[in-house]
Amino acid sequence: MDEKRVVELSIIANKVRKNALTAVHSAQSGHPGGSLSIADLLTLLYFEVMKNDPKNPKDPDRDRFVLSKGHTAPALYGTLAERGYFPVEDIPGFRHIDSYLQGHPDMTKVPGVDMSTGSLGQGVCVAGGMALAAKLDNKDYRVYSVLGDGELEEGQVWEAAMFAPHYKLDNFTIFIDNNGLQIDGKITDVMNPTPIDKKFEAFGWNVIIANAHDFNELLDAINAATACKDKPTAIIMKSVKGKNVSFMENQAAWHGTAPNDEQYAQAIAELDAKIAELEAKL
Amino acid sequence: MAKVATRVSYGTALVKYGVDNPNVVVLDADLSKSTKTDTFKKVCPERFINCGIAEADMMCVAAGLAACGKTAFASTFAMFAAGRAFEQVRNSIGYAHLNVKIGATHAGISVGEDGASHQCLEDLALMRSIPGMVVINPADDIEAQLAVKAAIEHDGPVYMRFGRLAVEDVNPEDYNFELGKGVQLREGTDVTIIATGLMVQEAIKAHDMLKDEGISARVINIHTIKPIDEEIITKASKETGAIVTAEEHYIMGGLGSAVTEVVCANAPCPVKIIGTDRYGCSGKPAELFVKYGLTAENMVAKAKEAIAMK
Repeated sequence: MDEKRVVELSIIANKVRKNALTAVHSAQSGHPGGSLSIADLLTLLYFEVMKNDPKNPKDPDRDRFVLSKGHTAPALYGTLAERGYFPVEDIPGFRHIDSYLQGHPDMTKVPGVDMSTGSLGQGVCVAGGMALAAKLDNKDYRVYSVLGDGELEEGQVWEAAMFAPHYKLDNFTIFIDNNGLQIDGKITDVMNPTPIDKKFEAFGWNVIIANAHDFNELLDAINAATACKDKPTAIIMKSVKGKNVSFMENQAAWHGTAPNDEQYAQAIAELDAKIAELEAKL
Repeated sequence: MAKVATRVSYGTALVKYGVDNPNVVVLDADLSKSTKTDTFKKVCPERFINCGIAEADMMCVAAGLAACGKTAFASTFAMFAAGRAFEQVRNSIGYAHLNVKIGATHAGISVGEDGASHQCLEDLALMRSIPGMVVINPADDIEAQLAVKAAIEHDGPVYMRFGRLAVEDVNPEDYNFELGKGVQLREGTDVTIIATGLMVQEAIKAHDMLKDEGISARVINIHTIKPIDEEIITKASKETGAIVTAEEHYIMGGLGSAVTEVVCANAPCPVKIIGTDRYGCSGKPAELFVKYGLTAENMVAKAKEAIAMK
């Protein structure tokens, strides 16, 4: 990608972050930390990588995306809104009784959501089924899924980890949002899932490690996954929880806490400053 | 007529109705010889997916296939389908309202010698509690086969309960299966026995035994536990004034509960529920039926109690 495109994507990703924070602030409930850490990835997928059309969200030949870490719905909704699946103005309805933007993604209500998720460990297994469906039908769509690193503690993740290589699902790419933190603290203190790379390698996956906040590095990893035959790919994304909001970065406390008015104003100001700085480069 | 286990009917019907339908895929969790999905695998290996001993993953994989347009049959023992994978069924299949058909075999106490760990007596209650889930408990070979056909035709999730024990036919060869419709098998005016699954044949025996004592017992087969046929139950309550229900399931949450919900709301009458109230144990199915009161004799006794309460 040229530098201009990287700047454009960076601007979108920061708008996605603003949307996510607006959602959580409006609801006074939700998960900001892990939403901010995957904002760059979701922007890259929906604006650069995935075959997807907001005007035809049920296109049977589209690429699929499953947010296995469903609690970071604010990032997904923020991205889908920027991409045009539904109005950005609907974002503040998040988690409110009269809104279709449920606390966790609901495929029956939200345009662009390919699978209802929220209960950790299930989305990645569903995504494996989608990848298998493409193989059975000789279709060339690809399936992407994002898991939290804490989510790897769910046993059923490893059932999916056995399944995908067994059926040679090379159209299947998962991303591990490796920010190192879960609700109760560091993943290595709560229930250590490391070494993540060696575990997936042992299960038969093509494993790539990439910086979650470097578009070119992520895109290279995704292209390498597409080029890899007969194996699914696990991209371990080294990420920063709370990315781009100074007081949220690397703080487990911001996993599931909503900002108050003052914190929200500061976060939006920081993101607006970043967007202005980026726009000046265009 | 030869007795057939409804799990065998499941395998037969998957071939009969599934092979020619390119959308049908069949999943199993290393039990294909027992669930009889191996019959489908033999003729259609390209649409058979073994998930290994991983029921949670299997239910989610089925959901993923269904989200991409497949009619996915997910098969394992009832204990693991409704029990172990309950939350996967609730959240990834039920909540998403996907076209997954769960073929749950070896249900109930009649699994026999394997004992309590494998005798699933709570699946009807669990599956009935999931919004939008259709729950079917067929009584014999033809009903089980037609349930599979109906499941393919129905848009949305379906749970089908099959047994390991070979059973007699209770329905005629020209039987017309209608999803959600109970079937009156015997007319009666003093009491109604509402049975499901294996208990239907016992209910017919109870009808004959009661007839010998001058009691006229209506017999209704409820194969679809959900959505339940409110009309036939309400009519039975109004016309006979006493009901006995019988199921190979806990008395909590299954057919008996479903019937009392209807009766209490529409036309109250005495209802006696026959089912189990504890874990089972190893033994031959016939011995277990006697031990836990799942017999025509107990239906006769409960029918008299219900009539006395009128």
